[in-house]
Amino acid sequence: MEQKQKKVLVSLRDIFLRYDGEVILNHINLDIREKEFVTILGPSGCGKTTTLRIIGGFVEPESGEVIFDGKRINGTPPHKRNVNTVFQKYSLFPHLNVFDNVAFGLKLKKLPKKEIKEKVLKMLAIVDLKGYEKRSVAKLSGGQQQRVAIARALVCDPAIILLDEPLGALDLKLRKSMQLELKEIQHQTEKTFIYVTHDQEEALTMSDRVVVMNNGVIEQIGTPEEVYNEPVNAFVADFIGEANILNGIMMGDCRVRILGRELECVDKGFGTNTPVDVVIRPEDVIVTTPEQGQLCGVVESVTFKGVHYEISVRVGRCEILVHSTNSAEPGSTVGLRVIPFNIQIMNKLLPIQSNTIETTVTYADESAQSFEFELEDERITVEGKYIPQGKRVRIHLPFDALSITGSGDGDLKDVYIESVVYKGEQNEIILESDTRKWLMLSDTDEQVATYVPLYFDFSKASFEVIASPDEKEGEA
Amino acid sequence: MKSKKLSIPYILWMLIFTMIPIVMIGVTAFKDKQGNFSLEPFAKAFGYTNVFMKSLWIALLSTLICLVLAYPLAYMLTRMRKSSQNTVQMILMIPMWMNFLLRIYAWMILLQKNGPLDTALSFLGIHGTYIGNTAAVVVGMVYEYLPFMVLPIYTVMSKIDGNLIEAAQDLGSNNAAVFKKVIFPLSIPGVISGITMVFVPSASTFLVSQYLGGTDDIMIGDVIDKIFWTDQSTGSAISLILMIFIFVFLVLMNLFGDEEAIA
Repeated sequence: MEQKQKKVLVSLRDIFLRYDGEVILNHINLDIREKEFVTILGPSGCGKTTTLRIIGGFVEPESGEVIFDGKRINGTPPHKRNVNTVFQKYSLFPHLNVFDNVAFGLKLKKLPKKEIKEKVLKMLAIVDLKGYEKRSVAKLSGGQQQRVAIARALVCDPAIILLDEPLGALDLKLRKSMQLELKEIQHQTEKTFIYVTHDQEEALTMSDRVVVMNNGVIEQIGTPEEVYNEPVNAFVADFIGEANILNGIMMGDCRVRILGRELECVDKGFGTNTPVDVVIRPEDVIVTTPEQGQLCGVVESVTFKGVHYEISVRVGRCEILVHSTNSAEPGSTVGLRVIPFNIQIMNKLLPIQSNTIETTVTYADESAQSFEFELEDERITVEGKYIPQGKRVRIHLPFDALSITGSGDGDLKDVYIESVVYKGEQNEIILESDTRKWLMLSDTDEQVATYVPLYFDFSKASFEVIASPDEKEGEA
Repeated sequence: MKSKKLSIPYILWMLIFTMIPIVMIGVTAFKDKQGNFSLEPFAKAFGYTNVFMKSLWIALLSTLICLVLAYPLAYMLTRMRKSSQNTVQMILMIPMWMNFLLRIYAWMILLQKNGPLDTALSFLGIHGTYIGNTAAVVVGMVYEYLPFMVLPIYTVMSKIDGNLIEAAQDLGSNNAAVFKKVIFPLSIPGVISGITMVFVPSASTFLVSQYLGGTDDIMIGDVIDKIFWTDQSTGSAISLILMIFIFVFLVLMNLFGDEEAIA
């Protein structure tokens, strides 16, 4: 509630942007309030840096509005915006020393020399670089360069500081201490920080609110606790922290069926017999005796992680990850329990039963038992099935009839991997082609935000000839 | 071991074509006609002080004009699309594929009495000679050496990190301030190598002044050209003095460059 009372400082309204025909930002809406530390989190290529650059004024959206302090600022150049950026690769001026780098913005404001000096020295003290004024920036370590970059942005006293993966180039230990320091600096200076990262842990550690993005869309906005405990979908659950994500069927309010068992949960309003995604965090799974377990499984492996044991339990064909302070014997049969509150139900990312193509046969060869159709400007040949030319046909491709490895260019050349979610057994992969989305299963781990060829295995498909407008007799 | 063996041909090359000739010039410069040690060649060389001064003046002027023309051109080049950049670079380079002498002849024809320039200007009622003076020499030199100024400046400028420009804008710089505070200081190494590449050859050039200049526009290169076969010693002495001038100039340029050191 307290958050809501703070003034909204910057608003993105229905921001849409394409680059080279690719949609980069797909109708983004985001409000950021005063003194807030907001992190935009997502895999590379999700549009998070572009969002930041739109606020900074380096990129103009194709449509939509950028509102700053109540005023529309579309078209205002960066130097006229009350916003400063800490760039990914620091972008310090190599021809200036530490002092002059930090003083750069103040000198442009034509402040008196004495005041500039005071402000710069004070800021250098805040970022722990006292006495480094005369050093050449090239001779500083990565962490020190980072601090100069932060000081250079902060000293201008902007309303908002934008930070574009500023800790990306630092080693783990330094990154951890800089995370805390940044949070501390934000408290001290009472500025609004908008921070971009692909590191979920960083996002959870530092932020007041986290904005999770994927493929040009905001998936969820919430406090770190909210996005961790109540992810809205399998993408968010998978991206933030470790999670068991399973296919389930909602039997009714508060009843979900997973791994062949009906369990009690706390979610309502999903209808009956609705396929859903179910998230159970590893630390929420309780290992017990087989008699007391809701589910039964065999311990496959146990790894000591310091604070806890990571136990992999095979339930049927599915792998369940458990974090427990007690160890278990590999090979033994154990029971697993989860309290209803810790079972999180989510709508499916892509609620389909199979991939359906509805098309018209463009060419058919009865003797060769094959036909052709067109899809997204590609001509696709189906072997082992004859359907006469001109017929309307509906092709149902089960999830395992799609693959992204094979010979040749693929039936569709460049499809985009939008998300990869491990479902305890196989990866569920959502692909995006020019006009639609596809769902496939894969045993191998694929890289999101890359382009791959897509192959169809029509031997696993089912075909349904449907009435076409120019042909009344219907199914042949 | 291997790298040492590979460097032998180059060491030999430098020895035969760089070190030995310099030593020979040094020795020749201190001999009189009879082959005895003498400072007479230097005494004679100092008789050409005026020519020296004029040569350095023409070289300096040409370098300056090249710089004034080349710098904005290089800057504009970096802001063009990549394909246009290549086209403009090509156009800059094409004249260099032609013979040097031919290019000078072309300027002679352009500037001569009743030549294209004269004819064009006569329509405006302006008559005059445009050849046989210092200005014509400078024009020829600028034409000759402009690409050597553009290319190093362009190369250095195009390597300036675009993020630095964004950082400057972010901190409140408009386009003029971005140029003044970031692009210009970071382009100085290119300017220095451009100046070096234009000034050094233009100070010792010859023929341009003979074809385009007047009688008093003779340059030190032309003097060496004229007297060397009759008086090798004085020719060598003049060369040596010119070398020292250029050496001092280079040292000065490097000192200046160090002050603006780009880390």
